[in-house]
Amino acid sequence: MLKALVIDPGKCTGCKQCEMACSYENEGEFNVAKSRIRVFDFHEQGKMVPYTCTQCAEAWCQQACPVNAITTDPLSLVKVVHENLCVGCKVCTIACPFGTINYNASTGKVTKCDLCQGNPACSDACPTGAITFQDIEQTGFDKMKVWAAQAAAGSPDAPGAKAPVAKH
Amino acid sequence: MHYVILGAGPAGVTAAETIRQKDRNGRITLIGGEPEPPYSRMAIPYLLHGDIEERGTYLRQKPDHYDSLCIEYRHGRAGGIDSRRKELYLSGSDPVAYDKLLIATGASPVIPKMSGSNLDGVVNCWTLADARAILKRADKGAPVVLVGAGFIGSIVLEALYQRGCDLTVVEIAPRMVARMMDDTAGGMLARWCREKGVKVHTGTKVNAIRQTGSNGGATLAVDLSNGQAIPAQLVVLAAGVKSNTGFLVGSGVKVNWGIQVNPFLETSAPDVFAAGDCCEAVDISTGKPDMLAIQPVAVEHGRLAGLNMAGTKTPHRGSLNMNVLDTMGLISSSFGLWQGKPEGQTAKLIDEDNFKYLKLNFEGDRLIGAQSVGLTDHVGMLRGLIQTGFRLGGWKDKLIASPERLREAYIAVAQGAPIGGPTGPHVNTPIAKAAA
Ligand SMILES: Cc1cc2nc3c(=O)[nH]c(=O)nc-3n(C[C@H](O)[C@H](O)[C@H](O)COP(=O)(O)OP(=O)(O)OC[C@H]3O[C@@H](n4cnc5c(N)ncnc54)[C@H](O)[C@@H]3O)c2cc1C
Repeated sequence: MLKALVIDPGKCTGCKQCEMACSYENEGEFNVAKSRIRVFDFHEQGKMVPYTCTQCAEAWCQQACPVNAITTDPLSLVKVVHENLCVGCKVCTIACPFGTINYNASTGKVTKCDLCQGNPACSDACPTGAITFQDIEQTGFDKMKVWAAQAAAGSPDAPGAKAPVAKH
Repeated sequence: MHYVILGAGPAGVTAAETIRQKDRNGRITLIGGEPEPPYSRMAIPYLLHGDIEERGTYLRQKPDHYDSLCIEYRHGRAGGIDSRRKELYLSGSDPVAYDKLLIATGASPVIPKMSGSNLDGVVNCWTLADARAILKRADKGAPVVLVGAGFIGSIVLEALYQRGCDLTVVEIAPRMVARMMDDTAGGMLARWCREKGVKVHTGTKVNAIRQTGSNGGATLAVDLSNGQAIPAQLVVLAAGVKSNTGFLVGSGVKVNWGIQVNPFLETSAPDVFAAGDCCEAVDISTGKPDMLAIQPVAVEHGRLAGLNMAGTKTPHRGSLNMNVLDTMGLISSSFGLWQGKPEGQTAKLIDEDNFKYLKLNFEGDRLIGAQSVGLTDHVGMLRGLIQTGFRLGGWKDKLIASPERLREAYIAVAQGAPIGGPTGPHVNTPIAKAAA
């Protein structure tokens, strides 16, 4: 069964435990600047929004890579960066329209969320259930419909009024 | 059905793989013009750094990749095509009959008109063969002159700097990366280069390259329009590119700057398609055909051409021009209409001391282009906002007041995610519609 991160910003308190857990799990240090999940703070509305890679079905980062360093894990369908192949050209970082694959100057490679090989530290660390790791019940087509409806309904005056970012 | 793909760069390889996904039985022949397995030119700078070996530039790693997909990969240089007889002519071999042909021959460097460009030690940086020639001469401390500081020139600059060459860069335009960024960004880059010890001459022409002797060290001299003569052991030319279409003369395939194509990437000749650096397809920012000679566009074209050739009719909605550059640790990028539109508003953040720059260009309340220096975190959001054409509403004024709130603005307006479909990731294209 395919699983994905489901994010419910309404439950996020902005504690940043997810960022700490992610950077510790993946970088070996508590450094939120290196986290692959980020919590955005909308103080005007008192809202927090955790944000990370949605593991696109046909990922822009993957298509842009000149040396095939981003592949799809056959079981989880997660997009994985192979550091031994990545040359650090950064083309994926501008190609990803979500901005969720980023250059890490200390390694000279790019990093992105790979769901911690099936055991995401962020969802484990989230104390409020704002980030959960769940079976995906929706098909790609359903997701597309949801997105199309949101894009069509987007009100220019009050953007940001609606909630989820990475809800699958 | 025999699909013939001429050119084995990212456009050709992507097209071949896409056709195979759609047509299990058709015969696919992929023809490369160079002896190596299909490789990516844009990985060459990392080969020059010494980060990777040649095989690290290959587009696909598994040696049996093409065999396993029943894609016949062979070598050959095209001399011409006859689109009525549906035949492709390769030098030194029998004609190749095709049912559908893709031209994905890419581009080649333009050699600036000057005496001495054919001397030993004067090379392009375009092919693996060029890279080997550069590696022979680009020793640590060696005096090297780089002609051209456009996007590709600047990438090569980084590679030569990493090798420890004593580097001089000559650019005829008044600034570096003149077709990717404005004076502020170009000026920052030049200042950064100079602080790192690279000599930068902008607004300067190379008049001639001369042989000065043959005993060790610098054997060449480069005469500049500002009167200086720079000694060099190696001169690297990076003065622009032109599409590889010479063999199409008289073929019935119409060529302007590049091969002309319709939204299905079909050329003017029946069953002949074109993709990548060799063709001019629609630029999403202007709605007009243009040569956007970058890797992501070559892949996009290759994928769409492959779908159309295999019978899944899929129009191209236009590609977004975008570049990212790492200049000795200073990272810059540009997207779409980076110059902006005269009647549109802009948001600017300039921090000369810290080499930081962000410029956002709007049309109405949509982002249509951007430039950045020193920004890497979530930089792809710039593409996201431009390509989806999301309306920024009240966020536009917030961005004009504080451009650094870009990421917040993105999250606030984007909300949901474009989802991948059979033609690659889907997005709205209101910009192209507005321009049409
Ligand atoms: C040094 C360097 C750095 C670059 N850096 C970047 C970067 O950072 N970002 C970016 O987006 N882009 C970059 N590019 C540009 C990018 O590499 C090209 O846009 C991309 O390779 C285009 O792909 P293509 O498949 O259209 O053509 P190519 O990759 O040029 O492939 C063309 C193929 O056609 C073959 N061919 C040509 N003529 C003939 C003929 N007559 N007969 C038979 N075969 C023929 C060639 O041998 C080759 O196999 C860089 C390019 C270079 C050279």
